[in-house]
Amino acid sequence: MAVCIAVIAKENYPLYIRSVPTQNELKFHYTVHTSLDVVEEKISAVGKSLGDQRELYLGLLYPTEDYKVYGYVTNSKVKFVIVVDSSNTSLRDNEIRSMFRKLHNSFTDVMCNPFHTPGNPIQSKAFDEVVSGMLAQST
Amino acid sequence: MPVWVFRGSVTILLCLLVCSSRKFGTELLRLPSLIDSRPFGPQVTEVCGAKSLGYFGTAQFYVALKLLAAAQAGLPVRLQSTSANLPLPRFVGITTEPEMRYVANTPGGTKAQCDRSRYLEQKEPPPPLPGSSPPCSPLAYHTHQYTTPKERQMAESHMEKGDQRECDDDDIWRITEEQREYYTNQFKSLQPDLGALILGAVAKNFFTKSKLPIPELSHIWELSDVDRDGALTFPEFCAAFHLIVARKNGYLLPESLPLGLHPKLGPPDEDGPPQRAQLLIVFDDGGTGVRKKDQNIKFPTSVAGAKQDSKEEAFKKQECTFRGVETLKEGATLQFATFTHRPEPSSQDLDPQSNTKTRPRSYSSTSIDAAMRKAEEPPAPPPRPQKKSHSRASSLDLNKLFQQGAPGAKSGWLLPPPALPPRPSASQVPPTQVQQPNFADFSRFRKEEESSVKPEERCLCSRYNQSTEDLSNASQQELNHNQAPQKPVRRKFRPDSQNVECLPPPTGSFLKSTQKTPSRQKKEIQMAIRKNKETNAVLTRLNSELQQQLKVVHHQRVTLETQLDQLRPVASTSAGS
Repeated sequence: MAVCIAVIAKENYPLYIRSVPTQNELKFHYTVHTSLDVVEEKISAVGKSLGDQRELYLGLLYPTEDYKVYGYVTNSKVKFVIVVDSSNTSLRDNEIRSMFRKLHNSFTDVMCNPFHTPGNPIQSKAFDEVVSGMLAQST
Repeated sequence: MPVWVFRGSVTILLCLLVCSSRKFGTELLRLPSLIDSRPFGPQVTEVCGAKSLGYFGTAQFYVALKLLAAAQAGLPVRLQSTSANLPLPRFVGITTEPEMRYVANTPGGTKAQCDRSRYLEQKEPPPPLPGSSPPCSPLAYHTHQYTTPKERQMAESHMEKGDQRECDDDDIWRITEEQREYYTNQFKSLQPDLGALILGAVAKNFFTKSKLPIPELSHIWELSDVDRDGALTFPEFCAAFHLIVARKNGYLLPESLPLGLHPKLGPPDEDGPPQRAQLLIVFDDGGTGVRKKDQNIKFPTSVAGAKQDSKEEAFKKQECTFRGVETLKEGATLQFATFTHRPEPSSQDLDPQSNTKTRPRSYSSTSIDAAMRKAEEPPAPPPRPQKKSHSRASSLDLNKLFQQGAPGAKSGWLLPPPALPPRPSASQVPPTQVQQPNFADFSRFRKEEESSVKPEERCLCSRYNQSTEDLSNASQQELNHNQAPQKPVRRKFRPDSQNVECLPPPTGSFLKSTQKTPSRQKKEIQMAIRKNKETNAVLTRLNSELQQQLKVVHHQRVTLETQLDQLRPVASTSAGS
């Protein structure tokens, strides 16, 4: 039930970004971009002791009046950002976590494809389908 | 899929036409006139082979229609043009189906059937009908058909439809015997063991030579790598190769893997019908078939040439790129930051998703056999008695490493965890050997390779001690490792920064690294083997004891249950009374 889903590479450029309403896409791009700052902050905060295992799911990055932004970082510093509508109050944390897990799994499938160069935009149909499944739920 | 729709309508049209052709015994002769009346008629007849054969069999008929469509679309009347996506040919004077059915009920119909069955006998029996319960062989059909005319007609049309449908649908997606043999040879050229896997990078280089665009190759990979492990098993490889061949011959790629190519469902065992159907494509379609073969032949020669030239080098590079890909994968524990995240791979292993289960296999195993073995093992490693030396929670080792604080500069590892003490860690090497999947590989590789390679291996082995402990799942693996390519194996556990660089520079540095006697390595390995055997024995003993206990407990449970059953009716009767 997301409104926008983005995959951002380690170097903080987008590998994949897709949003539901075809208008205001720029707004979502901007939101995702600003959320990167929060992500960086969270990563650096937890990573102070290398012995700790960093949690992949970052949780709610920041809420605005219109929507909420959730973040997830992989061990290779690839970030997933999900933007959901604030009116969807029924969305629980678990659901967001499961969405991230699904994203992560299909992302690893894309990475497994030897014809995909890491760092290139993601053009996998399977990945598109997974994301559509998550986006379409929001109707 | 537009292709399938086209075929579906072609089958209906063909059915109509063929039924119309059976109206009378002479109907088959009418076909030539039907076709001859077209501007390209004689040409079509000649090209499709009917002229030489003297009659229109299904194959010739099919080809003839396609040629007509091509001609009407403006393409030249050649066999190659049949492979294009053509609109249906337009005929004038085709009667409607009910009319034909009625007409076919005349006595002339039986004669046509006899002709038809004769044709069928000349070819191999057509494939079984996909969606209907009738008997497999249409010849049997013919014998049964004389019950009712309506049934006969239906059966005929079904049979034709089935024929054509089989021809249409499966002519691409069925792998013939010769194709399979060809794929097998190609597979063997990449990976001699047919039961093992081709790694992704190897497959990438191989398939890239087919000159298909990368997005299409990527799509083909997505379709054919069913278990999503980044490597191809033999059926997956056949599927991928077949898709590539089909694509090169102009067929569009499907959205999902056709059933005939699916490794689990597998290709059918019958050789007859698929071969007949395939014949339409390979031989009767003449030009396309020949072209396909040419491409197939051209393809492997270039591949073979390239392969033989720089097999080792190429493999190394592939491994490098492969590793480069893997380090971006989540749970790639070979990164420095993840040294401290040892438990993470275990948690990922325990993740219910099956693909994460196989992921450690694909990037942590070096030999293909190890990869296969790892896939079969459970994600979490079994607890070991000698925990202190090589447990997955290897913080102990890490701490020891940190305390030793040895200079790891030789290998070029950047961060504190990889500060490998080459010499001082020798004491750690024997216990940690048990956990390493590749350790035995090194030793064997060393025996085979020149001595110049050995020093770098020693250095690398010590590095492997720390990096691969948690990646391996069982200690039995290294005992059975075969002679997998060893040079690329070492590269796998390089840190990601080094993965990005090319291999030759690090190779040079390794050659100059510390020297270690091979005999000491051998002894250490033998010790490791002995220890593994001991743990094996211990575990089997434990297992048998537990089994005994289980039996006893089970027996007790059974007795208790019988007692309960005996008491219960007594209780019920007493309560009742």
